[in-house]
Amino acid sequence: MIKRDLIVVGGGPAGMAAALSAHEHGVKDILLLERDQFLGGILNQCIHPGFGLTYFKEILTGPEYADRFIKKITAVKDIEVSLKTFVTQLTGKKVLTSLSPGRMDEIKAKAIIMATGCRERTREMAHIAGTRPAGIFSAGLAQKLINIEGLLPGKEVVIVGSGDIGLIMARRMALEGAHVKAVIEIQKVSKGLVRNVVQCLNDFDIPLYLSHKIIKIHGKDRVEKVDVARVDENFCEIAGSQFEIACDTVLISAGLIPENELIEMAGVVMDKKTNTPVSDKVNQTSIDGLFVCGNAYQIYDLADSVTKDSILAGKMAAEYIRGKL
Amino acid sequence: MKKEFTCIECPNGCRLCVDVKDGKAVSVEGFKCPKGEKYALAEIENPTRILTSVVLAEGLSLKMVPVKTSQAIPKRLMMVAVDEIKKLKITQAVKVGDVIVKNFLDTDADLIATRDS
Repeated sequence: MIKRDLIVVGGGPAGMAAALSAHEHGVKDILLLERDQFLGGILNQCIHPGFGLTYFKEILTGPEYADRFIKKITAVKDIEVSLKTFVTQLTGKKVLTSLSPGRMDEIKAKAIIMATGCRERTREMAHIAGTRPAGIFSAGLAQKLINIEGLLPGKEVVIVGSGDIGLIMARRMALEGAHVKAVIEIQKVSKGLVRNVVQCLNDFDIPLYLSHKIIKIHGKDRVEKVDVARVDENFCEIAGSQFEIACDTVLISAGLIPENELIEMAGVVMDKKTNTPVSDKVNQTSIDGLFVCGNAYQIYDLADSVTKDSILAGKMAAEYIRGKL
Repeated sequence: MKKEFTCIECPNGCRLCVDVKDGKAVSVEGFKCPKGEKYALAEIENPTRILTSVVLAEGLSLKMVPVKTSQAIPKRLMMVAVDEIKKLKITQAVKVGDVIVKNFLDTDADLIATRDS
Protein backbone atom coordinates (compact mmCIF):
# COMPACT_ATOMS: atom_id res chain seq x y z
CA MET A 1 0.00 0.00 0.00
CA ILE A 2 1.24 3.48 -0.92
CA LYS A 3 1.55 5.95 1.96
CA ARG A 4 1.19 9.73 1.60
CA ASP A 5 0.93 12.62 4.02
CA LEU A 6 -2.03 14.33 2.34
CA ILE A 7 -4.39 13.31 -0.43
CA VAL A 8 -6.74 15.86 -1.97
CA VAL A 9 -9.59 14.38 -3.97
CA GLY A 10 -10.81 16.73 -6.71
CA GLY A 11 -8.87 19.21 -8.87
CA GLY A 12 -11.42 22.00 -9.14
CA PRO A 13 -11.22 25.35 -7.35
CA ALA A 14 -11.67 23.71 -3.93
CA GLY A 15 -9.06 20.97 -4.34
CA MET A 16 -6.46 23.26 -5.91
CA ALA A 17 -6.81 25.93 -3.20
CA ALA A 18 -6.73 23.30 -0.44
CA ALA A 19 -3.60 21.62 -1.84
CA LEU A 20 -1.78 24.95 -2.25
CA SER A 21 -2.77 26.10 1.22
CA ALA A 22 -1.68 22.81 2.83
CA HIS A 23 1.67 23.20 1.08
CA GLU A 24 2.05 26.78 2.27
CA HIS A 25 1.37 25.53 5.78
CA GLY A 26 4.19 23.02 5.64
CA VAL A 27 2.88 19.78 4.08
CA LYS A 28 5.56 18.50 1.71
CA ASP A 29 3.98 15.31 0.40
CA ILE A 30 0.68 15.98 -1.36
CA LEU A 31 -1.18 13.88 -3.92
CA LEU A 32 -3.97 15.60 -5.84
CA LEU A 33 -6.39 13.27 -7.63
CA GLU A 34 -8.62 14.48 -10.48
CA ARG A 35 -10.94 12.31 -12.54
CA ASP A 36 -10.95 14.56 -15.63
CA GLN A 37 -8.04 14.92 -18.04
CA PHE A 38 -7.48 18.55 -16.96
CA LEU A 39 -7.32 20.42 -13.68
CA GLY A 40 -9.92 23.16 -13.13
CA GLY A 41 -13.11 21.19 -12.62
CA ILE A 42 -16.34 22.87 -13.60
CA LEU A 43 -14.59 26.26 -13.99
CA ASN A 44 -13.41 25.11 -17.42
CA GLN A 45 -16.95 25.13 -18.78
CA CYS A 46 -17.92 28.39 -17.02
CA ILE A 47 -16.54 30.61 -19.79
CA HIS A 48 -18.54 33.69 -18.64
CA PRO A 49 -16.98 36.52 -16.64
CA GLY A 50 -17.71 37.24 -12.97
CA PHE A 51 -15.11 35.15 -11.18
CA GLY A 52 -12.33 36.49 -8.98
CA LEU A 53 -13.90 39.78 -7.87
CA THR A 54 -13.25 39.18 -4.18
CA TYR A 55 -10.21 36.90 -4.31
CA PHE A 56 -8.19 38.49 -7.14
CA LYS A 57 -9.96 41.91 -7.17
CA GLU A 58 -10.49 41.63 -10.91
CA ILE A 59 -13.08 40.17 -13.25
CA LEU A 60 -12.06 36.81 -14.70
CA THR A 61 -13.81 34.06 -16.63
CA GLY A 62 -13.97 30.56 -15.13
CA PRO A 63 -11.07 29.17 -17.21
CA GLU A 64 -8.91 32.20 -16.31
CA TYR A 65 -9.71 31.80 -12.62
CA ALA A 66 -8.77 28.10 -12.86
CA ASP A 67 -5.61 28.91 -14.80
CA ARG A 68 -4.22 31.04 -11.96
CA PHE A 69 -4.36 28.02 -9.65
CA ILE A 70 -3.28 25.45 -12.26
CA LYS A 71 -0.08 27.45 -12.90
CA LYS A 72 0.63 27.66 -9.15
CA ILE A 73 0.02 23.92 -8.64
CA THR A 74 2.25 22.95 -11.55
CA ALA A 75 5.05 25.09 -10.12
CA VAL A 76 5.02 23.29 -6.77
CA LYS A 77 7.06 20.07 -6.93
CA ASP A 78 5.69 18.78 -3.61
CA ILE A 79 2.21 18.52 -5.11
CA GLU A 80 1.88 15.47 -7.36
CA VAL A 81 -1.11 15.70 -9.69
CA SER A 82 -2.72 12.50 -10.93
CA LEU A 83 -5.25 13.13 -13.71
CA LYS A 84 -7.81 10.67 -15.11
CA THR A 85 -7.92 9.18 -11.62
CA PHE A 86 -11.20 8.11 -10.10
CA VAL A 87 -11.59 7.28 -6.43
CA THR A 88 -13.84 4.26 -5.97
CA GLN A 89 -13.52 3.59 -2.26
CA LEU A 90 -12.71 5.32 1.00
CA THR A 91 -12.45 3.76 4.45
CA GLY A 92 -12.70 5.22 7.95
CA LYS A 93 -8.98 4.50 8.36
CA LYS A 94 -8.24 6.95 5.54
CA VAL A 95 -7.34 4.37 2.94
CA LEU A 96 -8.62 5.10 -0.53
CA THR A 97 -8.76 3.05 -3.72
CA SER A 98 -8.23 4.84 -6.99
CA LEU A 99 -8.50 3.80 -10.62
CA SER A 100 -6.53 5.40 -13.42
CA PRO A 101 -5.80 4.11 -16.93
CA GLY A 102 -4.11 0.73 -16.53
CA ARG A 103 -3.84 0.71 -12.76
CA MET A 104 -5.55 0.48 -9.41
CA ASP A 105 -3.95 1.81 -6.22
CA GLU A 106 -4.63 1.57 -2.52
CA ILE A 107 -3.29 4.63 -0.76
CA LYS A 108 -3.19 5.42 2.94
CA ALA A 109 -2.94 9.04 3.97
CA LYS A 110 -2.32 10.84 7.24
CA ALA A 111 -5.01 13.32 6.20
CA ILE A 112 -7.48 13.49 3.32
CA ILE A 113 -9.30 16.53 1.95
CA MET A 114 -12.39 15.76 -0.10
CA ALA A 115 -13.04 18.48 -2.66
CA THR A 116 -15.50 16.52 -4.75
CA GLY A 117 -17.87 19.36 -5.57
CA CYS A 118 -21.52 18.85 -6.29
CA ARG A 119 -23.89 17.61 -8.94
CA GLU A 120 -27.10 18.96 -10.37
CA ARG A 121 -30.58 18.09 -9.22
CA THR A 122 -32.35 16.10 -11.88
CA ARG A 123 -35.74 16.28 -13.56
CA GLU A 124 -36.84 13.38 -11.34
CA MET A 125 -35.87 15.29 -8.19
CA ALA A 126 -37.82 18.30 -9.44
CA HIS A 127 -40.84 16.00 -9.94
CA ILE A 128 -41.70 16.98 -13.51
CA ALA A 129 -44.27 14.63 -15.01
CA GLY A 130 -44.57 13.55 -18.63
CA THR A 131 -42.76 11.44 -21.18
CA ARG A 132 -39.01 10.76 -21.40
CA PRO A 133 -38.01 11.99 -24.87
CA ALA A 134 -34.60 13.25 -26.00
CA GLY A 135 -33.96 16.94 -25.40
CA ILE A 136 -34.02 17.12 -21.59
CA PHE A 137 -30.68 18.21 -20.13
CA SER A 138 -29.40 19.53 -16.85
CA ALA A 139 -28.23 23.12 -17.38
CA GLY A 140 -24.64 22.23 -16.55
CA LEU A 141 -24.61 19.41 -19.09
CA ALA A 142 -25.87 21.80 -21.78
CA GLN A 143 -23.09 24.18 -20.73
CA LYS A 144 -20.51 21.43 -21.18
CA LEU A 145 -21.92 20.45 -24.57
CA ILE A 146 -21.72 24.02 -25.88
CA ASN A 147 -18.54 25.31 -24.26
CA ILE A 148 -16.36 22.19 -24.21
CA GLU A 149 -17.74 20.04 -27.03
CA GLY A 150 -19.00 22.78 -29.36
CA LEU A 151 -22.44 21.19 -29.71
CA LEU A 152 -25.75 23.06 -29.45
CA PRO A 153 -28.23 20.83 -27.60
CA GLY A 154 -31.39 22.40 -29.05
CA LYS A 155 -33.03 25.32 -30.81
CA GLU A 156 -36.29 26.10 -28.99
CA VAL A 157 -35.56 26.10 -25.31
CA VAL A 158 -37.47 26.28 -22.03
CA ILE A 159 -35.42 26.51 -18.84
CA VAL A 160 -36.77 25.22 -15.55
CA GLY A 161 -35.43 27.10 -12.53
CA SER A 162 -33.86 30.53 -12.36
CA GLY A 163 -30.72 29.76 -10.39
CA ASP A 164 -27.51 31.30 -11.71
CA ILE A 165 -26.66 28.33 -13.94
CA GLY A 166 -30.10 28.48 -15.55
CA LEU A 167 -29.78 32.22 -16.19
CA ILE A 168 -26.24 31.93 -17.54
CA MET A 169 -27.37 29.14 -19.87
CA ALA A 170 -30.35 31.18 -21.09
CA ARG A 171 -27.90 33.83 -22.32
CA ARG A 172 -25.43 31.27 -23.66
CA MET A 173 -28.12 29.48 -25.70
CA ALA A 174 -29.48 32.81 -26.97
CA LEU A 175 -26.00 33.92 -28.07
CA GLU A 176 -25.53 30.63 -29.90
CA GLY A 177 -28.69 31.31 -31.88
CA ALA A 178 -31.24 29.26 -29.96
CA HIS A 179 -34.64 30.74 -29.18
CA VAL A 180 -34.98 30.74 -25.41
CA LYS A 181 -38.73 30.93 -24.93
CA ALA A 182 -39.05 31.01 -21.17
CA VAL A 183 -37.39 30.61 -17.82
CA ILE A 184 -39.86 29.07 -15.39
CA GLU A 185 -39.42 29.72 -11.66
CA ILE A 186 -41.73 28.27 -9.02
CA GLN A 187 -40.71 30.83 -6.37
CA LYS A 188 -41.84 34.47 -6.30
CA VAL A 189 -38.30 35.71 -6.94
CA SER A 190 -35.36 34.44 -8.97
CA LYS A 191 -32.91 32.26 -7.07
CA GLY A 192 -30.04 33.75 -9.06
CA LEU A 193 -28.15 37.01 -8.61
CA VAL A 194 -30.07 40.09 -9.77
CA ARG A 195 -27.20 41.02 -12.08
CA ASN A 196 -27.71 37.74 -13.90
CA VAL A 197 -31.43 38.38 -14.36
CA VAL A 198 -30.45 41.73 -15.92
CA GLN A 199 -27.58 40.68 -18.16
CA CYS A 200 -28.74 37.16 -19.05
CA LEU A 201 -32.51 37.56 -19.44
CA ASN A 202 -33.40 41.25 -19.87
CA ASP A 203 -30.57 41.86 -22.36
CA PHE A 204 -32.00 39.13 -24.60
CA ASP A 205 -35.72 39.75 -23.96
CA ILE A 206 -36.12 36.30 -22.43
CA PRO A 207 -39.32 36.11 -20.36
CA LEU A 208 -39.04 35.02 -16.72
CA TYR A 209 -42.22 33.41 -15.38
CA LEU A 210 -42.16 33.73 -11.58
CA SER A 211 -44.61 31.67 -9.47
CA HIS A 212 -44.98 29.24 -12.38
CA LYS A 213 -44.14 25.59 -12.78
CA ILE A 214 -43.85 23.02 -15.51
CA ILE A 215 -46.74 20.60 -15.20
CA LYS A 216 -45.76 18.14 -17.90
CA ILE A 217 -43.22 17.47 -20.64
CA HIS A 218 -44.67 16.19 -23.94
CA GLY A 219 -42.95 14.44 -26.84
CA LYS A 220 -42.36 10.94 -28.18
CA ASP A 221 -38.81 10.84 -29.55
CA ARG A 222 -37.92 14.49 -28.98
CA VAL A 223 -39.41 17.10 -26.64
CA GLU A 224 -42.36 18.76 -28.41
CA LYS A 225 -43.90 21.05 -25.81
CA VAL A 226 -44.33 21.69 -22.11
CA ASP A 227 -47.41 22.55 -20.07
CA VAL A 228 -46.90 25.46 -17.69
CA ALA A 229 -49.19 26.80 -14.97
CA ARG A 230 -49.20 29.56 -12.40
CA VAL A 231 -48.94 28.42 -8.76
CA ASP A 232 -50.36 29.73 -5.49
CA GLU A 233 -48.49 30.29 -2.22
CA ASN A 234 -48.38 26.53 -1.56
CA PHE A 235 -46.90 25.95 -5.03
CA CYS A 236 -50.16 24.32 -6.15
CA GLU A 237 -51.38 24.83 -9.69
CA ILE A 238 -54.01 27.57 -10.04
CA ALA A 239 -56.98 26.15 -11.96
CA GLY A 240 -57.39 27.62 -15.42
CA SER A 241 -53.92 29.18 -15.55
CA GLN A 242 -52.37 26.43 -17.68
CA PHE A 243 -50.76 27.16 -21.05
CA GLU A 244 -48.40 25.42 -23.49
CA ILE A 245 -44.98 26.34 -24.80
CA ALA A 246 -43.76 24.54 -27.93
CA CYS A 247 -40.05 23.65 -27.61
CA ASP A 248 -37.53 20.94 -28.51
CA THR A 249 -35.35 21.29 -25.43
CA VAL A 250 -35.83 21.58 -21.67
CA LEU A 251 -32.95 22.56 -19.41
CA ILE A 252 -33.25 21.76 -15.72
CA SER A 253 -31.59 24.19 -13.32
CA ALA A 254 -33.07 23.09 -10.04
CA GLY A 255 -30.20 23.41 -7.61
CA LEU A 256 -27.08 21.53 -6.60
CA ILE A 257 -26.38 18.65 -4.23
CA PRO A 258 -22.99 18.09 -2.57
CA GLU A 259 -21.34 14.93 -3.88
CA ASN A 260 -20.36 12.99 -0.77
CA GLU A 261 -20.86 9.28 -1.39
CA LEU A 262 -17.21 8.51 -0.57
CA ILE A 263 -17.22 10.02 2.93
CA GLU A 264 -20.54 8.33 3.58
CA MET A 265 -18.90 5.06 2.56
CA ALA A 266 -16.12 5.82 5.05
CA GLY A 267 -18.71 6.09 7.84
CA VAL A 268 -18.87 9.86 8.30
CA VAL A 269 -21.97 11.05 10.15
CA MET A 270 -24.11 12.70 7.47
CA ASP A 271 -27.01 15.11 7.38
CA LYS A 272 -29.21 13.21 4.94
CA LYS A 273 -31.23 16.28 4.08
CA THR A 274 -28.31 18.29 2.71
CA ASN A 275 -26.00 15.34 1.93
CA THR A 276 -23.21 17.05 3.87
CA PRO A 277 -21.12 15.95 6.86
CA VAL A 278 -22.39 16.80 10.34
CA SER A 279 -19.61 18.70 12.08
CA ASP A 280 -19.00 21.29 14.79
CA LYS A 281 -16.43 23.14 12.74
CA VAL A 282 -16.36 24.21 9.12
CA ASN A 283 -14.74 21.67 6.75
CA GLN A 284 -14.44 18.91 9.37
CA THR A 285 -16.13 15.51 9.60
CA SER A 286 -16.77 12.98 12.36
CA ILE A 287 -13.58 11.16 11.25
CA ASP A 288 -10.37 12.81 12.49
CA GLY A 289 -8.13 13.94 9.67
CA LEU A 290 -10.83 13.65 7.00
CA PHE A 291 -11.82 17.09 5.75
CA VAL A 292 -14.39 18.28 3.23
CA CYS A 293 -14.26 21.64 1.45
CA GLY A 294 -15.85 23.67 -1.33
CA ASN A 295 -19.25 22.77 -2.72
CA ALA A 296 -18.98 19.29 -1.22
CA TYR A 297 -19.10 20.92 2.22
CA GLN A 298 -21.86 23.37 1.36
CA ILE A 299 -23.16 24.93 -1.86
CA TYR A 300 -21.57 28.33 -2.43
CA ASP A 301 -22.79 31.04 -4.80
CA LEU A 302 -19.29 32.13 -5.78
CA ALA A 303 -16.08 30.32 -6.68
CA ASP A 304 -14.23 32.95 -4.62
CA SER A 305 -16.02 31.71 -1.49
CA VAL A 306 -15.05 28.13 -2.37
CA THR A 307 -11.41 29.23 -2.57
CA LYS A 308 -11.58 30.98 0.80
CA ASP A 309 -13.18 27.98 2.51
CA SER A 310 -10.72 25.55 0.93
CA ILE A 311 -7.66 27.54 2.01
CA LEU A 312 -8.91 27.01 5.56
CA ALA A 313 -9.32 23.26 4.95
CA GLY A 314 -5.73 23.06 3.67
CA LYS A 315 -4.46 24.87 6.76
CA MET A 316 -6.42 22.57 9.09
CA ALA A 317 -5.13 19.45 7.32
CA ALA A 318 -1.55 20.75 7.75
CA GLU A 319 -2.15 21.36 11.45
CA TYR A 320 -3.67 17.90 11.83
CA ILE A 321 -0.67 16.24 10.18
CA ARG A 322 1.64 18.17 12.55
CA GLY A 323 -0.51 16.93 15.44
CA LYS A 324 -1.70 20.40 16.33
CA LEU A 325 -5.42 20.17 15.62
CA MET B 1 -36.81 61.68 -16.58
CA LYS B 2 -35.59 59.14 -14.01
CA LYS B 3 -34.42 55.70 -15.16
CA GLU B 4 -33.74 52.78 -12.82
CA PHE B 5 -31.18 50.02 -13.34
CA THR B 6 -29.62 47.15 -11.47
CA CYS B 7 -25.85 47.40 -11.67
CA ILE B 8 -24.25 44.25 -13.11
CA GLU B 9 -20.64 45.07 -12.24
CA CYS B 10 -20.52 42.79 -9.18
CA PRO B 11 -22.75 40.44 -7.18
CA ASN B 12 -23.97 43.33 -4.96
CA GLY B 13 -26.44 44.31 -7.72
CA CYS B 14 -26.91 47.93 -6.57
CA ARG B 15 -30.14 49.70 -7.61
CA LEU B 16 -29.12 52.74 -9.61
CA CYS B 17 -31.27 55.73 -10.46
CA VAL B 18 -30.22 57.98 -13.33
CA ASP B 19 -31.60 61.39 -14.13
CA VAL B 20 -31.81 61.66 -17.93
CA LYS B 21 -32.27 64.87 -19.94
CA ASP B 22 -32.33 64.85 -23.77
CA GLY B 23 -30.81 61.36 -23.92
CA LYS B 24 -27.89 62.39 -21.69
CA ALA B 25 -27.35 61.25 -18.11
CA VAL B 26 -27.30 64.21 -15.74
CA SER B 27 -26.79 62.49 -12.39
CA VAL B 28 -26.60 59.00 -10.92
CA GLU B 29 -27.69 57.85 -7.46
CA GLY B 30 -27.50 54.57 -5.55
CA PHE B 31 -24.03 53.35 -6.50
CA LYS B 32 -21.62 52.05 -3.86
CA CYS B 33 -18.48 52.28 -6.01
CA PRO B 34 -17.22 54.22 -9.07
CA LYS B 35 -17.95 51.22 -11.33
CA GLY B 36 -21.65 51.66 -10.63
CA GLU B 37 -21.66 55.30 -11.71
CA LYS B 38 -19.75 54.46 -14.89
CA TYR B 39 -22.09 51.57 -15.65
CA ALA B 40 -25.21 53.73 -15.25
CA LEU B 41 -23.85 56.42 -17.58
CA ALA B 42 -22.91 53.84 -20.23
CA GLU B 43 -26.32 52.19 -19.91
CA ILE B 44 -27.96 55.46 -21.02
CA GLU B 45 -25.54 56.51 -23.74
CA ASN B 46 -23.93 53.33 -25.07
CA PRO B 47 -24.63 50.08 -23.20
CA THR B 48 -21.69 47.67 -23.38
CA ARG B 49 -20.99 44.10 -22.28
CA ILE B 50 -17.99 41.80 -22.17
CA LEU B 51 -18.69 38.99 -24.65
CA THR B 52 -17.47 35.47 -23.99
CA SER B 53 -17.72 32.56 -26.40
CA VAL B 54 -15.73 29.62 -27.76
CA VAL B 55 -13.69 29.25 -30.95
CA LEU B 56 -13.29 25.96 -32.80
CA ALA B 57 -9.78 24.50 -32.58
CA GLU B 58 -8.12 22.05 -34.92
CA GLY B 59 -5.28 19.71 -34.01
CA LEU B 60 -5.08 20.94 -30.40
CA SER B 61 -5.86 19.19 -27.12
CA LEU B 62 -9.00 21.33 -26.69
CA LYS B 63 -11.82 21.09 -29.21
CA MET B 64 -13.12 24.56 -28.30
CA VAL B 65 -10.97 27.41 -27.00
CA PRO B 66 -12.84 29.84 -24.71
CA VAL B 67 -12.42 33.52 -25.62
CA LYS B 68 -13.51 36.93 -24.35
CA THR B 69 -13.40 40.52 -25.49
CA SER B 70 -10.59 42.31 -23.63
CA GLN B 71 -13.07 45.05 -22.71
CA ALA B 72 -16.80 45.56 -22.95
CA ILE B 73 -18.13 46.05 -26.49
CA PRO B 74 -21.39 47.76 -27.55
CA LYS B 75 -24.41 45.63 -26.78
CA ARG B 76 -25.86 46.18 -30.26
CA LEU B 77 -22.84 44.32 -31.77
CA MET B 78 -23.38 41.11 -29.75
CA MET B 79 -24.96 38.94 -32.42
CA VAL B 80 -22.66 40.23 -35.18
CA ALA B 81 -19.73 39.44 -32.93
CA VAL B 82 -20.99 35.91 -32.27
CA ASP B 83 -21.35 35.28 -36.02
CA GLU B 84 -17.82 36.56 -36.56
CA ILE B 85 -16.49 34.23 -33.84
CA LYS B 86 -18.18 31.25 -35.50
CA LYS B 87 -16.09 31.87 -38.65
CA LEU B 88 -12.80 31.59 -36.74
CA LYS B 89 -10.63 28.54 -36.33
CA ILE B 90 -7.56 28.20 -34.07
CA THR B 91 -4.93 25.89 -35.51
CA GLN B 92 -1.87 26.85 -33.45
CA ALA B 93 -1.52 26.48 -29.71
CA VAL B 94 -2.56 29.53 -27.70
CA LYS B 95 -2.07 30.57 -24.09
CA VAL B 96 -4.35 32.46 -21.71
CA GLY B 97 -4.37 36.12 -22.76
CA ASP B 98 -3.15 35.53 -26.34
CA VAL B 99 -4.84 37.79 -28.88
CA ILE B 100 -6.98 35.84 -31.35
CA VAL B 101 -8.33 38.92 -33.21
CA LYS B 102 -6.81 42.37 -32.74
CA ASN B 103 -9.25 45.33 -32.62
CA PHE B 104 -12.24 42.99 -32.91
CA LEU B 105 -14.95 44.55 -35.13
CA ASP B 106 -13.20 47.94 -34.78
CA THR B 107 -14.29 48.14 -31.16
CA ASP B 108 -10.76 48.71 -29.75
CA ALA B 109 -11.31 45.48 -27.82
CA ASP B 110 -9.22 42.44 -28.71
CA LEU B 111 -10.63 38.94 -28.78
CA ILE B 112 -8.39 36.96 -26.41
CA ALA B 113 -8.05 33.33 -25.35
CA THR B 114 -9.07 32.58 -21.76
CA ARG B 115 -7.52 29.11 -21.52
CA ASP B 116 -4.30 27.40 -22.64
CA SER B 117 -5.22 25.29 -25.65
